[in-house]
Amino acid sequence: MKFSKTHEWITVEGKTATVGVTDYAAAQMGDIVFVELPDVGAKLTIGKSFANVESVKAVSEIFSPVSGRVTEVNAELSDAPELINKDAFSAYLVRVELDAVEDGLLERDEYEASKESF
Amino acid sequence: MSLIFEKSVDGRRGVTFSALDVPKYTLPPDAEYLRQSPAVLPEVSELDLVRHYDGLSSKAYGVDSGFYPLGSCTMKYNPKLCEDTAALDGFCQIHPLQGGLSAQGCLEAAYLLTEYLGRITGMDCGTLQPAAGAHGEFTSLLMIKAYFKSIGQNRTKIIVPDSAHGTNPASAAMAGFEVVNIPSDCDGFVDIDALDAAMDGGVAAFMLTNPNTLGLFEKNISKIAGIVHGRGGILYYDGANLNAVMGISRPGDLGFDIMHINLHKTFATPHGGGGPGAGPVLCKEFLGGFLPRPTVVKDKNGRYSLKDGVRGGKSIGKTRAFFGNFLVCIKALTYITALGAEGITDAARKAVLNANYMRALTSEFLPVGSGACMHEFVASCEELKRDSGVSALDVAKALIDCKMHPPTIYFPLIVHEAMMFEPTETESKQTIDAAVAALKQIIETAKTNPESIKSAPVSTPVGRPDEVKAARKPVLRF
Repeated sequence: MKFSKTHEWITVEGKTATVGVTDYAAAQMGDIVFVELPDVGAKLTIGKSFANVESVKAVSEIFSPVSGRVTEVNAELSDAPELINKDAFSAYLVRVELDAVEDGLLERDEYEASKESF
Repeated sequence: MSLIFEKSVDGRRGVTFSALDVPKYTLPPDAEYLRQSPAVLPEVSELDLVRHYDGLSSKAYGVDSGFYPLGSCTMKYNPKLCEDTAALDGFCQIHPLQGGLSAQGCLEAAYLLTEYLGRITGMDCGTLQPAAGAHGEFTSLLMIKAYFKSIGQNRTKIIVPDSAHGTNPASAAMAGFEVVNIPSDCDGFVDIDALDAAMDGGVAAFMLTNPNTLGLFEKNISKIAGIVHGRGGILYYDGANLNAVMGISRPGDLGFDIMHINLHKTFATPHGGGGPGAGPVLCKEFLGGFLPRPTVVKDKNGRYSLKDGVRGGKSIGKTRAFFGNFLVCIKALTYITALGAEGITDAARKAVLNANYMRALTSEFLPVGSGACMHEFVASCEELKRDSGVSALDVAKALIDCKMHPPTIYFPLIVHEAMMFEPTETESKQTIDAAVAALKQIIETAKTNPESIKSAPVSTPVGRPDEVKAARKPVLRF
């Protein structure tokens, strides 16, 4: 699992990437009440916003650490957005057929060490 | 306290009608809109009703009740004089379709207010139509779109800083633009390099609040205006924080081309339940032709009338029926004329003085950023939360028990555990001292007895509404 400076996590298996938000991001946002995800088939671009996560505090944009086509979205989140607060690393947002991955993604220890400074 | 529906008793009536003295007429049972079952209404007596709403009003809290330092909202006192003038028959007993000749006073009032707002902001012309700030933003963005269309340029993007009010990107999206966010620098100002990089030929406008939402005056405003204008873009001023600078610096002189004003903030008209808002748009001459129609004009005989097609006639049309929230405009006009040029400047100075005074007192027990602020300041409860578990939300809730309205929290988004205080010029030193003392007490208690702060407020009919459930599973009717 790798991490972006904008608090997304990503895992890659073959040509498929899975993307979510980190537990730190979820804690910072507070209780999440709504998640707006792209449609299956949508094109994601590295660094561009692809989803909105609404918490009791604010609406936050989620930025894509990958480029590619969305093959699957986590439909459970529409009824149970709180899954992200419960376990951010299993409550993925989207699965993507990969074209490219952002350069300079962080390892877990690097992310943990500096997440509060991003 | 129970709901009016819960007070309902079958058959109880506030009014008993006398017996019918005309023949009874029954609607045909197949009449299209005939109700199939009786309306569900609370059945109460007149006294039940009066007590219910009187009880509710005693539980409401407004700026007339006490301190209301809601940052970015400018909850200044609404002078009662303004209510008096807005209640005058000459303003109230007219019809919007009445001919202009018999409504000269109303037209003159609208003309004068537009003039005064133009002088305060350094703009050339304007409209009073928009019903609130975000509506003013939307109106302005439609004008900007029409302007670029008229000169044959295809500009599809609007830049907003990450400290912007959420209405900026929302209005831009509503008007059909793509929103480009740029970060602030480490001191909270516009990141000039980021603006420079984002400001390409596809950008229609840069929307900026100045002072910004951290209560800081954008010291690089000339450079910012140079970058935006240099690439053919328009510089938009979000007037939310105009109270800090009115009578001192003018957006028009700083390089802004178009802006909205929140009369319900800067010019002391009521917010929300006290009456609708108003969000006049002011602009430079080159955008004037795109303003919503009609325009109030004055002829050489001093007579006022409503005209379409003023300044080239490229109006975007109407953005609201008739002339906006007209009586709100009367209240703002009263406020401006009562204060005069000196009073307007004085109000801004005292707003800034009050905020800095409160900021200095608060800095003794909460981090408040570095340097002097303008009309508002942002304190952070990040350390407090880390050390005691008490969050900005908890502190805000505890302030309710101290008989004051909490500040804005969790905004701007770039400060963690933010609390944004805007005392306004209308509060006395004693009020501010008492508020800071209460805040200090809460912070101290948080360190020794965090649970008591986490369970606040205890003095209200409802302590902590379940905001998560309210957002996830709202029940919107009885």
